[in-house]
This record gives sequence, structure tokens and C-alpha cells, in this order.
Amino acid sequence: MKSVDTIVVGGGLVGAAVAYGLVRLGQTVEIIDEGDIAFRASRGNFGLVWFQGKGSDMPEYSRWTRGSTEVWPDLAEDLRAETGVDVNYFKKGGVHLCLSDEALETHSDLIRRMHNIHGPEYGARILDRKQLDDILPGLGNDVVGGSWSPHDGHASPLYLLRALHSRFQQLGGVYHSGARAEFIERDGNDFVVRTPVSTHRANKVVLAAGLGNRPLGKMVGLNVPVNPLKGQILVTERAAPTATLSIPTTFVRQAAEGSFLLGDSHEDVGFDTSSKSAIMADIADRAIRTFPFLKDLRVVRSWAALRVMTPDGCPIYEQSETHPGAFTVNCHSGVTLAGAHAMNLAPMIAAGHLEDYMSVFSAERFNV
Amino acid sequence: MFKRVMTEIRNPIHIEFEGQTITVEKGETVAAALMLAGHGKFRESSVTREDRGPFCLMGVCFECLVEIDGTPNRQACMTLAEDGMKIRVQKAAFEEATR
Amino acid sequence: MKTHDVAIIGAGPAGMAAAIEATRNGLSTIILDENPAPGGQIYRSIETVPDQRAALLGPEYVSGRSLAADFRACSAEYVAAATVWNIDAGLQIHYSIAGKGSAQVTAGSLIIATGAIERPTPMPGWTLPGVTTAGALQVLLKAQGAINDDVVLVGSGPLLYLVADQMLKAGNAPRAIVETVPSGQLLKAARHLPKALKAFSYLRKGLSMMRRLSKAGVPVYGDASSIVVEGTNKVEAVRFLSKGKQHRIETTGVGLHQGVIPNQQITRLLGCEHHWHESQQCFVPALDDRFETSVEGVFVAGDGAGIGGAVSAVLRGRLVAMRIAEKNGRDTRLEQRAIQVQLAQDAAVRPFLETLYAPSPENIVPADDVMVCRCEEISAGQIRHAVDLGAPGPNQVKSYLRCGMGPCQGRMCGTTVATIIAEHRQKDIKEIDYYRIRPPLKPLALSELASIESEPTRHTPL
Repeated sequence: MKSVDTIVVGGGLVGAAVAYGLVRLGQTVEIIDEGDIAFRASRGNFGLVWFQGKGSDMPEYSRWTRGSTEVWPDLAEDLRAETGVDVNYFKKGGVHLCLSDEALETHSDLIRRMHNIHGPEYGARILDRKQLDDILPGLGNDVVGGSWSPHDGHASPLYLLRALHSRFQQLGGVYHSGARAEFIERDGNDFVVRTPVSTHRANKVVLAAGLGNRPLGKMVGLNVPVNPLKGQILVTERAAPTATLSIPTTFVRQAAEGSFLLGDSHEDVGFDTSSKSAIMADIADRAIRTFPFLKDLRVVRSWAALRVMTPDGCPIYEQSETHPGAFTVNCHSGVTLAGAHAMNLAPMIAAGHLEDYMSVFSAERFNV
Repeated sequence: MFKRVMTEIRNPIHIEFEGQTITVEKGETVAAALMLAGHGKFRESSVTREDRGPFCLMGVCFECLVEIDGTPNRQACMTLAEDGMKIRVQKAAFEEATR
Repeated sequence: MKTHDVAIIGAGPAGMAAAIEATRNGLSTIILDENPAPGGQIYRSIETVPDQRAALLGPEYVSGRSLAADFRACSAEYVAAATVWNIDAGLQIHYSIAGKGSAQVTAGSLIIATGAIERPTPMPGWTLPGVTTAGALQVLLKAQGAINDDVVLVGSGPLLYLVADQMLKAGNAPRAIVETVPSGQLLKAARHLPKALKAFSYLRKGLSMMRRLSKAGVPVYGDASSIVVEGTNKVEAVRFLSKGKQHRIETTGVGLHQGVIPNQQITRLLGCEHHWHESQQCFVPALDDRFETSVEGVFVAGDGAGIGGAVSAVLRGRLVAMRIAEKNGRDTRLEQRAIQVQLAQDAAVRPFLETLYAPSPENIVPADDVMVCRCEEISAGQIRHAVDLGAPGPNQVKSYLRCGMGPCQGRMCGTTVATIIAEHRQKDIKEIDYYRIRPPLKPLALSELASIESEPTRHTPL
């Protein structure tokens, strides 16, 4: 069995972005992944590349996210040029809409707090209803205000995943599907990862297996307290382009092919991924109150997926102290952070050392 | 050409397709009515804008989508024709920039 | 919300028979059907068809009249034009009535009687206007008395001959029948003939149809392959090889048929187990000996449980209803046994037909340039490329390419996509499996979805 530089466990958006970042640096990398049916948060992603509002309690997360939005244009362009897959990334700003005065007040507090942390660099600002009407025609009466940030945008999560896998393999990466990692152990200088169908060996191992990171982490001395948080999304039939095509909002966005994606729900229901009519109805109702012109569009699909949630909602990045060379990557924003994972995190993993400023993302923060 | 055999229009109603008036039998589906009037193209495909027409006539394939009285993407084979209905070819809503 | 002992989806032969039997056994029953009148596809327009047209359609069709009459007379609550769009936990069924919005009903047991769909038949040119399924031609004839006077029938299966025969009787025989059954297939099927003789009436009917068509001079091109429908914006011709010779028939209409397969949408939505039926070349729900799925309380009757035809559908509908009655404390075992015997006899012809009319390989596993997903316009080659990229099954292929994401929700491509992946990966198709089906089962207006009782969830951004 040949040993490679790095095994990435998990072929979703997180694993694929890290793996792509590693092969770009000339590393030999294998992704080992589950089969066709798996929890796969990547298939239920809403597709925002989003900065505003993220990390109000952890400025480093906010900066890390902002950094990702900075490198996203290069990521999208590299993938398009090299694979021909356009991930439909638009970065023309994004809006969060508030449907009640209380919601607007809470949200304004958040934006103010973020300004205090980041200063004028922050970029997001509160808009009143009139200002919103100028950029998003067709808003419903219930919309009282919102916030706008120039750093935000959206992309197709599905094409992003396809493009990352495509580029990863172009650069020599090897992808194994139907190979769910079940056992990881240290063997000399290497890690050995066993699946029901194969055994893999590498100098380093990156756990990017979403909710699977919790049990896998224990095998290499990593505490990964992630839990599922279900989210449902509705997808409509294709429609003519509207303003939301260029300016997505946090729960209504129009995808490049014309479909509207309507989000979302936060359901703490364990590992249940069923679609539920009553929740779908709530999402539909909110979407219509936001943009009444959506009411006659037909819903053609719904998704339900499990977010990978840490206790504080911020990512966990960590190298094992007991098993150096074993890393774990955990977040619920696989699209937004794809840029950071590929361009900023992968080089640190390749070097075998997370920069000091990353220590804030250690799961140690939960042991207080 | 589709034609009626052993039957004729007994309860005529009128519908409009792309501005042209068609006389049809009450209770007929929109798809049957348009096919009997000699129409094959019902919609444009949503990616490359090819001409498409009814395929299964039992509600499965969604090839017979038309715009009826301003509402897009109605299944012509599952919709009964009603007097005064205005029907149009379903245009591709959106041209995808790239693939 | 109303609660019933039994809910039935689909008012074709299986659904109607199940409703009659369930109510006869004292079960409160509701039956939801997408069409404006009962009958399903096989007995379409059965209550309103004029006598002359009924005669043309034949005695098997006419036999549906008494079934429909019995169905109307039974005490089941019949909801026409009702499209089921989701089934929540606890068998809470959501359905939409055109123009009237959504309603819900809860049932102790659910009988899925949504029948079959025609097997998708991807081939070059199959998306051109003027190409329909053979079943579509029959639907138009039954419901509207409409017939295409310029059509070539292409494919294989009993329905192809039935449609041709009905067209002939209506005075408009098809231009030709292009049959994909390979030479020598009859020999292969012959070993099932002794058993098939138990259901001799089917064979006799088939033979007499073929005789009539031959006498009328309808050309039949056997052993056809490399079939291409030509045309730019509509059908202009069909080109094919028959017994090694190239043919081209100019026509404005083509009727395709490669048999029928179970409509799996609802059993897939409910997460029922399925297996691959080797002889019928399709996925069928895994059922126990009395048609209960792997999900408790969910039954499948009729062709949705595996293709058996209308007579079998009625028998299976009754059997399922008796089984539910038994679960509800009524002893129906004796009657069930009698029906099992009739079922076995009716099914005797199946192995013969399934072997003789096995679908054409070039439709099952189409060439790279053939469009497979008609909605999103994805070719067989693109699907193979996605597999090469590492997509292990239909769900990853779907998310890479959008195939199966259009308005038909995968009905027209799902079986083909699974077959292509299995072939390309050289895996058992059972292991490849199928699209995961999610609600809504049919596209549903957002306003209608918004109008049902909702459960608020937190939606502040993370």
C-alpha cells in the first residue's frame, strides 16, 4: 500500500475544498468518501457566500469569513478556467431582510456590534424600507428594513462541488467513493484509515466528514463536539430573472438557472432528514411575505439536510496534540468558507502546522 | 394529423392558442384540443430552447407545459379546456448563462 | 383533520377494486385520484365513452364499466382531481385539488394504487414534437376519439399491437410497426409457453391482433435496431436497421413503447425498500406475500407492485383490502386464498411476455449523445462523465448535473440514469438504486403550500 501525503476523510464541500487546496500545492492526496446515500450537508446547501452577521461573538471567525469572500473570486475563476464548470458566483452584495420591528431592532444591534469590532472596514449597513426598495423591487409590506453588505454573494453549491472534484482529480488527486472511513490509527509515521472496502495510508489525515468527525476524532485524540441541525429548503420552477438574481437575501435567492431557492429552517431533531409539510408551509409563507410575486410560482423540489453545528456555531479547526498530523475541519458554511479552506487553510495543513491565530478555533474553547 | 373518429363536436367551446381561436369539445383536455387543431409545439425546452410537445399524455413527463391565462407551466394534458381560455406556448423562462 | 381506516391513492382498476372491497368489509375508506373521472389509464373515460368507440376499444376495456359502476355505488369517499403532494409521518396525506387548494387526511392504512408509467425510451430524436408514447395515442383515442392518421409505432410489447389494432379498427392503421424484438427472442420465450397456456386468452387475443394487422397489410419491420427519429423542429422520418437492412420511413408521428414500469414516486417518497425485477427490468417495491411494503401500514396494489395488467390489478386491489380488513379483525383468509389462486393463473402469461418483449438494449443503455433527462437536457455521455468523476449513484449524478431536478422530478430519467450508472460502473443496479424522492410529488404553487397549517421555525441567520 502506497503512502500519500494526505488523506482527506469526506468528499463534501469542506473535504473537497481542502483537498483541492492541497493538490494545488503539489501534495499527493486521496479523498475517501461515503456512497450515494449519506447525510451530505453539501447537497442541501442554500448557496450563499456570506459575511455580514457572521461571528458576532468571535471576531476571528468574522475575519476568517471575510478572508474567504476575498479569495472566492479567484477560486471561482480558477475552477471555471480549468474545468469549464461555472459555479455561478455573483458578488454584487447581499441583503438580510427583517419582517418585524423587533427583528430589525435585534439585527441593527448586531450590525452595530460588528461595527464596533471591525470599524469602518466592516462594510455592512442598515437600510430602511425605502433604501431597500431601490435595490430589491417587489418587496412585500411585511418587510420593514434590513441590512446590506457589499462582500456578500452567492454561488451554486452543486456546481461548486462538481468543479472542486473535477479540478482535484485534474491535479492528480484520487477520489474513492463508497468507502466510509471506519477506523483510523497511527502506524509509525503514517496514519492508516480503514473502510469496509479498502485501506489507505498517509502521512497526514484531515477529518472533513461532517457529523462523522465526532466518532472519527476520538480515534486520533480530537474532541469534535458537532451536532446535527436540520434545515429545509424549497426550490421553485425556473422563472425569469429578477433583482434577487444579483442581490441574494438570506432566505430567498434566485439561482443562475432561474429557480428560486427559499430557506430555511433550524430544527433540532437529531438525524432525521425527512421533509415535513408544516415546515415547508412556514418557509413558503415567509417567502411570499417577503416577495409576494413568488406566490404563483410552483415548488418543484424540497431539500432537507443536516447542518454540522458546533456548540457556538463557529468552526472548529484543530490539529491533534496526541496524534500530530491529524487535523479536523468543521463548519456549517461549506460554500462561504470554501475559499478560506482551499486557499488559506490547506497551506497550513500542508505545512503541518496551523498558524497561531487559528488557536481560537480549537475545540478547547468548549472546555471552560 | 390528429382527427376525431366516430365522433364530432357536440358541445363546442372556444379557446385561444397564440391568438388563434380553436373550437373544441367541452371536457377535452387542453393537450388533446391543441393536438387535434394541428399543434405540435407546446413549449421551449428550458435549457437549449428546443421545440417540445406532449409525450405521455398522462401527467408524467411535463413536456406539454403551456401558459394558460397568464399562469406558466400548466400541464396541458391534465387541464380541461374551458371556454375563453387563453393559451400560449411556454417560453423558456431563463437562458442559463453558462453550463 | 379527517381520519379513515383506509386511504387509497389512484382510482384505476386496483384502486377501485380495493375501495369496493374495503367498504364491503366495513372499513371507512377515502380514495384520491388525480384524474377528473375514475378508471385510471386502462379504463380512461370508461363512464363517458360512446358505445361505438367502446366497441372499437374492445371487450377488455368495456369490462371496466361494471367495475366503475360498482365503485360509484360503494361507500368510499371519492375525491377526483386530487393530486397527492406529500405524505407525512403517521400517514398524513396532503393533496391538492385544482383551484381549491390543499387538504389533508389521515389513514390507518394506505394503499398505493398509482399504477404504471411507460418505460422511458431514450433514443436520438425522441424529444421532437410529434413523438409520443404509444400509450399517449391510446389515451387520446379513449378519451377524445382522436387518432393520428400518420404514425409509425416503434418498440415492443403487447400494447404496441393493441394500439395498432385499435387504430386499424378505427379506419386509420399505423403506417408501420417497427418492432425491436430480436430474431430468436421467440425461441427464448418459448420455454415459458407451457405455463403461459394457462392464461390462453391473452395469447389468443395477441395472435388474432397480429393476424388482423397482417391481413390489413400493415408492414411490420422485425429485429429493428439503431433507431433514429429524424427532424429539426418536428418529426420528419424514422430511420432504422431491420434484419440488417437500412430503412427510412417518412412520417409526422411516432409512437414509442418499450413496456410499462411501476410508478415509484410515492413508495420512494415513503422510503419503502425496493428491489430490481430482473425479468421486468425495473425497480419494484419490496412487498410481503400480501403486498405490504417495508413501511408498516403501506400497501401497494396493481401495476405499481410489479406489472401484471388490469385483471391482476383488480385481484390485487381486492386482496390488499381484505388483508387490511383482516388486520382490523375481520376473517377474510378464505376469500384471500381464492383470489391468490386466480392471481397465479392470470400471472401465468407474464414470464412468456416478459421474455419475448424484453426492452431493447439500445433504449435501456443509450449511446453517449442520446438525451436522457428531457427536462434539464442531460445526455447519457454527461452521466457517464459524472460517474467517471466519482459520482457513485443517481443522487450524486443528480447534484452534479441537475438531471432529475426538472418538473417531471426524475420520472422520465430515473430508471435510465440508474441503469447507465450500473452499466458504467459494472455494478449490480440494486446497489446503485434510485433518486431519493422528496415532496412535493408534483409541482405545487407556493401560495397553496403557504396556506396549510404551518410550524414556525427559527430563521435568523447563523
